Amino acid sequence: MSLRSPLGKVLGRGSAKQGVAHWWAQRVSAIALVPLTLWFAFSVVHLPTSDQEAVRAWVGSGINPVLLLLLIGTMTWHSALGVQVVLEDYVHGKGLKVASLLASTFAHLLLAAAGAYAVLRIAFTTGSV
Amino acid sequence: MRPRPLSPHLGVYRFMYTMATSIAHRITGVVLSVGLVVLVGWLFAAASGAEAYAQASGLLSSVFMKLLLAGWLVAFCYHLCNGIRHLNWDLGRGLEKSEARRSATLVVVATLVLAAAFIYAAFFAEVPR
Repeated sequence: MSLRSPLGKVLGRGSAKQGVAHWWAQRVSAIALVPLTLWFAFSVVHLPTSDQEAVRAWVGSGINPVLLLLLIGTMTWHSALGVQVVLEDYVHGKGLKVASLLASTFAHLLLAAAGAYAVLRIAFTTGSV
Repeated sequence: MRPRPLSPHLGVYRFMYTMATSIAHRITGVVLSVGLVVLVGWLFAAASGAEAYAQASGLLSSVFMKLLLAGWLVAFCYHLCNGIRHLNWDLGRGLEKSEARRSATLVVVATLVLAAAFIYAAFFAEVPR
């Protein structure tokens, strides 16, 4: 039995939406986030977070800024994909749905840009350790 | 045309605890997306002046924020463990009902252990200098 709709069969293309690409991207980002988030969580719980200089020194030292950029990029990507699915599922009404999806996309891009800027600014203004 | 049924299809299925693990994955995902805002805000404050960081650090060390941070740690541990369960399903493994129920229990136990370890390290252990 095929799950393809009659129209999809006629067109020979299945769904017109980018379901597979979205599904795949969510898995790829999930796999990358397993080591990245564990590395980040292990590092931050050992950081004296009330001490700004200690935080800046950690952010700017060695490979850390590179991993932090990857973390922020992958996290916002994965989050954007996930929130998109939640909004598509639970926000009904075309106008509100499109508006909330746009707001989520812009908010995630803003978070990615702000996070990357913060990491780079620290990395380029702290002396290398 | 009669209005089509829309998700969430609550009340159509008999409740099983594996359903709770599924919706909890979404809820923790959304919770972590909100946490992303705090993470980026913290990095941004670290990249800014001492005054901005002192303000952010003061906010983050309030009892309310500490409880929230502990909650985010739990949400992270759950989303990580259950995410690995999902990736295993994506490989076509563990899809039998009995296996899914066993892995649901395993995820809850692993979450509690991992979250307890992180919360201990973050809030109760001595910070090494």
